[in-house]
Amino acid sequence: MTATVKPGAVAEVRDVVAWAAGEQKPLEIVGGGSKRDFGQPFQAAYRLDLSGLAGVTLYEPAEMVLTALAGTRLTEIEALLAEHGQELPFEPGDWGPIYGLTRGASTLGGVIACNLSGPRRVKAGAARDHFIGLAGISGRAEVIKSGGRVVKNVTGYDLCKLLAGSHGQLMALTEITLKVGPRAEKARTLLLFGLDEVRGSQALRSAAGSPCEPSGLAHLPAAVAARSRVDLVVEAGTSVTAIRVEGPGPSVDYRLARLKETLAVGVRCEELHSMRSRKLWAEVRDVAPLLPDAGRQLWRLSVPPASAAEVAANLRQDLGEGVELLFDWAGGLIWLALPALADAGQAHVRAALAGGGHATLVRADVETRGRVAVFPPLAPGLAALEHRVRAAFDPLGLFNLGRLGLAA
Amino acid sequence: MQMPPPEAATIARRPRLVERLRGILPEDAVIVAEDALRAYECDGLSAYRQLPLIVVLPETTEEVSAILRLCQAEGVKIVPRGAGTSLSGGALPLADGITLGLGKFNRILDIDFANRCVVAQPGVTNLAITQAVAHAGFYYAPDPSSQIACTIGGNVAENSGGVHCLKYGLTTNNLLGLELVLMGGEVVRLGGKHLDAEGLDLLGLMTGSEGLLGVITEVTVRILRRPETARAVLAGFASSEAAGDCVARIIGAGIIPAGMEMMDRFAIHAADDFAHCGYPRDVEALLIIELDGPEVEVEHLLDRVRELAQAAGATVLRLSRDEAERVAFWEGRKAAFPAVGRISPDYYCMDGTIPRGRLPQVLTAIGEMSSRYGLRCANVFHAGDGNLHPLILYDANVPGELALAEEFGAEILKLCVAVGGVLTGEHGVGVEKRDLMGVMFNDDDLKQQQRVKCAFDPDHRLNPGKVFPVLHRCAELGRLHVQRGRLPFPDLPRF
Ligand SMILES: Cc1cc2nc3c(=O)[nH]c(=O)nc-3n(C[C@H](O)[C@H](O)[C@H](O)COP(=O)(O)OP(=O)(O)OC[C@H]3O[C@@H](n4cnc5c(N)ncnc54)[C@H](O)[C@@H]3O)c2cc1C
Repeated sequence: MTATVKPGAVAEVRDVVAWAAGEQKPLEIVGGGSKRDFGQPFQAAYRLDLSGLAGVTLYEPAEMVLTALAGTRLTEIEALLAEHGQELPFEPGDWGPIYGLTRGASTLGGVIACNLSGPRRVKAGAARDHFIGLAGISGRAEVIKSGGRVVKNVTGYDLCKLLAGSHGQLMALTEITLKVGPRAEKARTLLLFGLDEVRGSQALRSAAGSPCEPSGLAHLPAAVAARSRVDLVVEAGTSVTAIRVEGPGPSVDYRLARLKETLAVGVRCEELHSMRSRKLWAEVRDVAPLLPDAGRQLWRLSVPPASAAEVAANLRQDLGEGVELLFDWAGGLIWLALPALADAGQAHVRAALAGGGHATLVRADVETRGRVAVFPPLAPGLAALEHRVRAAFDPLGLFNLGRLGLAA
Repeated sequence: MQMPPPEAATIARRPRLVERLRGILPEDAVIVAEDALRAYECDGLSAYRQLPLIVVLPETTEEVSAILRLCQAEGVKIVPRGAGTSLSGGALPLADGITLGLGKFNRILDIDFANRCVVAQPGVTNLAITQAVAHAGFYYAPDPSSQIACTIGGNVAENSGGVHCLKYGLTTNNLLGLELVLMGGEVVRLGGKHLDAEGLDLLGLMTGSEGLLGVITEVTVRILRRPETARAVLAGFASSEAAGDCVARIIGAGIIPAGMEMMDRFAIHAADDFAHCGYPRDVEALLIIELDGPEVEVEHLLDRVRELAQAAGATVLRLSRDEAERVAFWEGRKAAFPAVGRISPDYYCMDGTIPRGRLPQVLTAIGEMSSRYGLRCANVFHAGDGNLHPLILYDANVPGELALAEEFGAEILKLCVAVGGVLTGEHGVGVEKRDLMGVMFNDDDLKQQQRVKCAFDPDHRLNPGKVFPVLHRCAELGRLHVQRGRLPFPDLPRF
């Protein structure tokens, strides 16, 4: 059994870590708990629940900056930003439903610790690009701060980058400062119907390399598109390639028209306007169309965008027709759903990455995750370097160590 | 400025080191003659000078690796150097250290339009990357004013910005991959042509690490499609408050210009005298606001920016009508540094960042300091992101004036921190701001950063004397003093 400690203040978090260091008791750090099934299964003596550290402590819309305690719910932050016509430019997804949980549980700390970025990542950057300041407790039970509340800052090492995507290793994050951005006046999505993966990903790349500044570039094969809840997408009855443009009204109209001119030659197409466009991109962001069959295993592959179609073809060839995929980030991100396999197909999945990139097993049952390298295996030199960096923050290996499948 | 005391034993071993280095490198790649060493004695912060012990100019990753292995084994310090344009003394040589110049790493290795990236050796200049892809309508976005000279490796080491980073980000936001050599010679590759490198974000850590963690031997950057058009607005104001208000209104309206620069009266006059760019001379503050994108968007936003500037009380308002005029608007701003250089024997360029809204307050305070120190100061800012570049005018030949200018500069930076900002926005800490680090960070923060350094370079051989005010030995930093604390939750089971 694991006991939970839920501090209500930063000083209490420090005390818990100091105690855990003294007793050599490893901790599992949890925010909203929505991604507890992400990573290698592991047992920690105590669960450090940070959801009690909640609240926005600074928000200055004119400065486009927001600071919140790590346990603040993402939904709360998004609602506050929306009131001021702003948003999180990196469009983080809600992964709760991936693990069969309800929506809305994610906390900011969890989003940052997993460096979650959605479709707009291609244009606006990742969570890590918007994470400009932090406070947290190191494995030495020291309160550490880094960065600040201004975007341009090269004072000392950029520890925010290290913490983004650290999966709760290194430090217990207590406070997070983000650069936020204006919400676009208008969003439209061009849908191209019936392109295969080669032509679909080509269309995405050519849009990405055009001056039209698309902010969403996804491809849904027919079977996946059929599970969308957006009428024009489901009713297509074929694959759907989606390209989003956002910005001031006249600009959006113009850019959409240009994309249509160049990409929709001899291809059936449609447009999604505000509400429907938002709905489709929320689906892509949360990989909703790949989720209904909860027994399927889910991989997330980051690849050089031009290799997407080939990677997809290799995966189909090696793993059979049961494979389902979705391209985001102009093909740079491939979500892959598989009928459950004992080894989650890891050898084939990773072999498909010969052209570069890496793969993470996002969903599988506990036994499978115990057998498979959930996170990308690193070259030995790099792994050793990471180990030293980790030890620089958490010498005793108190924080979430097992989640990465690593030894202390 | 106190550098770590040179190790006499190392200096005495110079002939032997030269011989060993000549075993790794061709004869002419090991520089020992004093007149040749002279070319490396300082970087862009020329107030500090020091002849390096030896300069080496390797050409391959294997050579860099062999050099670092030798330095590690021999316990010799090493200072990486790109083009030497650092304004914080990051590439300042050490009397007992080898300067490792990356000038021969000057090839672009791969231009990959399909993946929209370029792989380059670290000695390639920033501008050369854009030039290599311009024919296809692409460019590399971060554009430091030094872009004709500075190297992409130096840009990564400093996380350099430019006037367009308000919209397109700094180096760190445009970097995809690195190859680096660790002290001891190990070669590590990070990232590649994909997004979000695997494992911990060491790519992000390396960016802005000022040559203290590893020697960068290959860089992969993202390239962007050139916007269809760009136009600029020149807006003059009767006060810096009004100009600051205009900046706030533009950002508040959800407009992120490609660039938004501000100059104060002194800078405007200096630039106009130098570049004859036709800037209005009877204003206290001037904004250059550039918008880029499709023509319809730029037109649309120009209208809104014009309205916002008028609402903020602009006394002069000009919109560039063609490319030539847009370039002319920028000419004065781009010439601001040399312009100031012409009216003063020396100037000292500062680089703090503040929350945008504090601009008027900080400007007023700088004006007050300027009269107190008796030194003139021209102010140019990246107003959109609150990055200030006060240029303090002084004369190094007047005894005590350099020290006075430094004191003035330090006071400005302390003020930046006091109003919620930081010591350096893009030029780096180097030796220049090293001793001010304590203004922003406490002992625990700085020790934590040094522990990161220890993970890469446990003997402090790589670029020591930069960034950290006090060098703690890694063994001492690694010691763990855990005090058996009390768990603040007494009701919990202890098992
Ligand atoms: C006139 C002028 C204008 C400038 N304008 C701007 C500006 O607009 N924006 C801005 O951000 N900066 C600006 N700078 C500062 C400077 O140009 C940048 O910091 C630049 O990135 C330094 O590049 P460099 O190749 O000259 O590096 P160097 O000066 O040679 O070195 C800088 C630091 O990087 C390290 N380093 C260099 N190469 C490597 C490598 N391959 N591996 C590891 N470490 C390395 C060095 O050890 C040193 O610490 C300006 C400088 C000048 C002189």
